[in-house]
Amino acid sequence: MARMTIAALAIAASAGIALAAVTGAEAIKERRALMKTDGEVSKPIVPMLKGKAPFDLAIVQKALKAYENAASKEPALFPPDSKTGDTNALPAIWEDNNMADLDARFKKMGDDAAAALVSVKDEASFKAIMPGFYDNNCGGCHEKYKAKQQ
Amino acid sequence: MSARIAWALGLAAVLVAAGAAAAWFATAPRRISAEVAAAVSEPGDPEAGKTVFFLAGCESCHMSPDQRDPLRLGGGMELKTPFGSFYPPNISSDPKDGIGSWSAADFADAVMAGVSPRGRHLYPALPYTSYGRMSIKDVRDLFAFLRTTPPVSGRAPPNALVFPFSIRRAVGFWKLLYMPRIDHPLAVDPTGEEALGRYLVEGPGHCAECHSPRDLLGGIIESRRLTGGPLPDGKGKAPDITARGLRDWSESDISDALSTGFTPSGDVLGSAMAAVVRSLSHAPEQDLAAIAHYLKTYNAVSAQQ
Repeated sequence: MARMTIAALAIAASAGIALAAVTGAEAIKERRALMKTDGEVSKPIVPMLKGKAPFDLAIVQKALKAYENAASKEPALFPPDSKTGDTNALPAIWEDNNMADLDARFKKMGDDAAAALVSVKDEASFKAIMPGFYDNNCGGCHEKYKAKQQ
Repeated sequence: MSARIAWALGLAAVLVAAGAAAAWFATAPRRISAEVAAAVSEPGDPEAGKTVFFLAGCESCHMSPDQRDPLRLGGGMELKTPFGSFYPPNISSDPKDGIGSWSAADFADAVMAGVSPRGRHLYPALPYTSYGRMSIKDVRDLFAFLRTTPPVSGRAPPNALVFPFSIRRAVGFWKLLYMPRIDHPLAVDPTGEEALGRYLVEGPGHCAECHSPRDLLGGIIESRRLTGGPLPDGKGKAPDITARGLRDWSESDISDALSTGFTPSGDVLGSAMAAVVRSLSHAPEQDLAAIAHYLKTYNAVSAQQ
């Protein structure tokens, strides 16, 4: 039991060190890469949403797994020193109690992606579930926390 | 000598009074014409009005904050601007706090001419500079639809504006400067993709209201219409959506982005555009295609010279 506690503490400590070791610039780079991947896997889904391409479950599942993965990693990638730099993240993220809101949003995104992996089975369920998924988990967060780029 | 001074002072007083009277007259709120009022008062089609509602994005400002139902139109969402904070009013069917007791002509006065039922100026945070270009049919149908929304009680807080913008009558001067001359009655929506696209972009869609730079008094700089502008809340910029700004986008890229939020790069539109996408996800595909077509052919006046 004691050994397990020590092991758990060691893991927690090394995780803490690993987190602390992510500099602001690295965090920005990593979160941008995750967002970029989310975008890449989403691209073939847009024509499916519009009925311009045939429904392909494998493509949707690949995307959902990417979203789930990103959602699990993103919360650690907004340290205070990543507020400025090569980023479109709004300073609002680090204001008020918004960090807790952001974390909750990523948790919901991961949960929703996991749920959709089960519930999206065919074109009908895809069209019923995914527009809401994107509105809630992508649009809703960009609405509040991402600056319009240009 | 003293008689001459008294005479001069008297003349000055008369001139000031005449100037004030002229200014008062020039800034008087002007309602829609009797002809338009009669036309919008005919029965509208609520189902068609629902489409207009989402094309115009009424709920993106008027829905009750902190909830997701687009048809709960209790108002009160804060709109931050350089002139202060606006709180869009309750436009639900509630007869006391909403617009349930308004006539169709009252409604058309507000959205097409920026005049309240009591005959006062409305601030152009309600984009009547665009909505004034709407067809009589669309305004009539929209009013019929709004009457079908559930009543929501409660009023929005009063606007908190910075002086001198807090002087409501001064909106009359603003209208003299910036209210477009609109040829009415435009009885029904234009047909044909080009004309329909222009109508949707410049009328109900009111795209130019965010996607254009504004001068110090908050009027759109017409020569740079649709070439992009800072967002009213200061959080970033609404991009150039003329043919030049959208040169890397195809027409279907544009219509897909408007209804799904996805840009060609796989990014999802955020900021103030997220609410627009939420509205336009209800819009007919043909209307989105017409908007895309028009934007792809539109060049700023400054670029044409």
